[in-house]
Amino acid sequence: MSFLKEIRPLGERRNYSELLDLSSGDPHRGGIKPITFVRQVLAACFCPALLEDDSLPLDVKQRAKSLLRECDGGSVGSYTESSGIAKIKHCVSQFITRRDGGVPSSPDNIFIMSGSKTALMIILKLLIRSEDSCRTGVLIPVPTYASITMILEEEGAAIIPYHLCEEQGWTLQLEELHRVLQAARKTCNPVAFYICNPGNPTGHLQSRESIEEVIRFAAEERLFLLADEVYQSCVYGDNAEFYSYKKVLSEMGSNISSTVELASFNSASKGFMGECGFRGGYVELVNLDPAVMKYARTLFSTRSCPPVAGQIALDLMADPPKPGDPSFPTFSEEVQSIKNTIRKNTGRIQEVFAELPGISCQPLKAGFFVFPSLHFPPKAIKWAEKRQMEPDMLYCLHLLEETGLHVKPGCEYGQRKDSHHIRLFVGTQENIMEDALQRLKTFHTRFMKEFS
Amino acid sequence: MNANVKKVDYAVRGPIVQRAVQIEKELKEGVKKPFEEVIKANIGDAHAMGQRPITFFRQVMALCTYPELLDDNKFPEDTKNRARRILQSCGGNSIGAYTTSQGIDCVRHDVANYIQRRDGGIPSDPDNIYLTTGASDGIVTILKLLTAGEGRTRTGVMISIPQYPLYSASIAELGAVQVSYYLNEEKCWSLDISELQRALQAAREHCNPRVLCIINPGNPTGQVQSRQCIEDVIRFAAKENLFLMADEVYQDNVYAEGCKFHSFKKVLFEMGPEYSSKVELASFHSTSKCYMGECGFRGGYMEVINMDADVKAQLTKLVSVRLCPPAPGQALMDLVVNSPQPGEPSYQTFMKERTAVLSALAEKAKLTEEILNTVPGISCNPVQGAMYSFPRITLPERAINEAKAKGQAPDMFYCMKLLEETGICLVPGSGFGQREGTYHFRMTILPPTDKLKIMLNKLKEFHQKFTQQYS
Repeated sequence: MSFLKEIRPLGERRNYSELLDLSSGDPHRGGIKPITFVRQVLAACFCPALLEDDSLPLDVKQRAKSLLRECDGGSVGSYTESSGIAKIKHCVSQFITRRDGGVPSSPDNIFIMSGSKTALMIILKLLIRSEDSCRTGVLIPVPTYASITMILEEEGAAIIPYHLCEEQGWTLQLEELHRVLQAARKTCNPVAFYICNPGNPTGHLQSRESIEEVIRFAAEERLFLLADEVYQSCVYGDNAEFYSYKKVLSEMGSNISSTVELASFNSASKGFMGECGFRGGYVELVNLDPAVMKYARTLFSTRSCPPVAGQIALDLMADPPKPGDPSFPTFSEEVQSIKNTIRKNTGRIQEVFAELPGISCQPLKAGFFVFPSLHFPPKAIKWAEKRQMEPDMLYCLHLLEETGLHVKPGCEYGQRKDSHHIRLFVGTQENIMEDALQRLKTFHTRFMKEFS
Repeated sequence: MNANVKKVDYAVRGPIVQRAVQIEKELKEGVKKPFEEVIKANIGDAHAMGQRPITFFRQVMALCTYPELLDDNKFPEDTKNRARRILQSCGGNSIGAYTTSQGIDCVRHDVANYIQRRDGGIPSDPDNIYLTTGASDGIVTILKLLTAGEGRTRTGVMISIPQYPLYSASIAELGAVQVSYYLNEEKCWSLDISELQRALQAAREHCNPRVLCIINPGNPTGQVQSRQCIEDVIRFAAKENLFLMADEVYQDNVYAEGCKFHSFKKVLFEMGPEYSSKVELASFHSTSKCYMGECGFRGGYMEVINMDADVKAQLTKLVSVRLCPPAPGQALMDLVVNSPQPGEPSYQTFMKERTAVLSALAEKAKLTEEILNTVPGISCNPVQGAMYSFPRITLPERAINEAKAKGQAPDMFYCMKLLEETGICLVPGSGFGQREGTYHFRMTILPPTDKLKIMLNKLKEFHQKFTQQYS
């Protein structure tokens, strides 16, 4: 099977019976089971007749009842407040406070939306003055996932890319931030700094010092911090710890902690729940000018309310079963099992990559994806040039064709010139990951041999 | 900060509702008021007013969410079949997986079949169906898609006065130009083509009108456009090269005798290929209204007709940015368009519940019109459809002046006083648009019949007192 042939036409026999889709961050699609407690509460909220059933545990019924009490007419079919049900925002604020070791969080600064991206779009609307002759600039990391670029383009912002340093594990480099900001000031008006931590696609987990550096940078340069923290509960590396921007900010001297404007985003789509389809996300706004807050509230209020099912998912994420609750044993088993699966998957990924030539990976610590670097031989680069395609794109197309494994090419995320990557999702059942790795191994070995 | 944000205004959830919520808090805290509860007749939320969900829908949703229930014999077989079908179409057989941006395949197929059945066999292509997060999401997306140009070439969007303020708010936020056309209050809020023409002519001086929005059945006015009117609008859109946006979320809410819902698509295709192959149309539906009232699920769809292929590609790209509409809303939409059929176990109960809801609404529509028209100074057009009455109120000169001195729209002043004295929360007509010098309010017909009667009579009392007080 030579790669120098064209891609086979549709309908021809293939070597595999089904596609393996590791291209998107969707745990359920990857075979991970939903959390039982979450689904039981949601089912009881949808169909309260189930509350009469003996089959559901007591804590499920209690939670469903208490959530239904917060819905007008006792129905999840009613509209709610535009920024979310008050009790759920309260629950989220308590989650944030516990997470941050006591740093206060107010429900008034929390806005629940249909997915964290919707919240991000609204904050950007607030910040981006598309009618100005000098465009509003937003710094974004390279690599970063494609939707953020699309959203910024849609809102008419100028994109100011800053490169993460792959050799050092995809860290942020302060000199790079200064360099791009200086250059950008010549052509636009930079107002915001976006970071995804843990990172997508890189899986990088920022150290506390790095977060402090970014905050200080934002303070000096008067930038609004957009901290996308949707992967905060996916930390699996040894000795790896997630630090929230809010917590670090709160511990940095009063002239920074009370002035740097911050929006931090979280979601029910990631983490152990993986409820992507429910569209539950929120943003917490910190240190915003009260006049701007007023407009933020207006903007949020023009949106119809976020889906009630998504709001409920957030409540359950923020306040899961505790020791002593009837559902706790099953819940904690299920969560542990998901964590173990991801740990095992990342372990296997590193093992398999270690055996393969031309593929290497930074240490895996957090997030939902791995972003290994592909070191293509010159012949492969030429082959791609001939086809006027990025080498990693062509690699992925053939990988899909030949083995049925779907992963994303690095060119969709941005990367340094002459570097190439693929992005793999790690939140799948172990046997699916094993299957994927075998397919990748077979393909990659052949590919490297053929172009050597 | 973005200057356009400052112009955004949304009356349905504006200051009067904020005050209503505050009063509710005060009542809970035991503050004494001339009333015991706040009646929120401001928003089209049926369940909030006590309407029960349709059993079949909720059973299937529970099954989709917690499939272990498929083994529970308390659920009828048809609910289980629907749930299995939906789950098979979901990644990992889970309603928690992302769906494609355009929406779950089998749901779009079912929507297309529904449209085809509804429109007497006129074909509908699932590829032209986009599932959306409520109809609002679809409406804003299309407006975004069509808004372009600068200064004199900036896109103009024609919308009725009065209108549902989602349109005016979105137009303001997008920086498009609102081109208002007045509905005819004297003729039961009907649409005159001559008025459309006038508005279009005037607008061409300062913008590029490209879009014509029409809400049928109407919000807030409740009028159900005649078939003739719909044909005339289509002809007008064809002649003036306008993209038609048909907001049809109240399509099952038709009460008045002699009135019937005619879908824009059906009429368009029955007008022959001269129109059906050219006129660009997007029509919108939702799970929030009709007999379902499932606002919180955020289910909806739009069907786009005759959209240029390149523009459609842009639309597909636009919707992909927000990943996907809520899967539970998509599943619910599937059930709405694929409801129990005769012979299926859930059919009888389903029909009973559906009929009960729609006939109660018809009764309340009539009741509202009747009672309001007995009040001197209030004049209410027949509530032909949708969920609201939009009566005209005569305000004494002194009240108008006091309002203006306060910097308040006179009908806002009236509604605030109504709220403080009776606990009834309505939305002033100024939030929807109205002819200069006229005043209205929008009131839902959703409260249970008994409460509605009490509310209407309290309103009558208040209006008479108010008129006397300020005469």
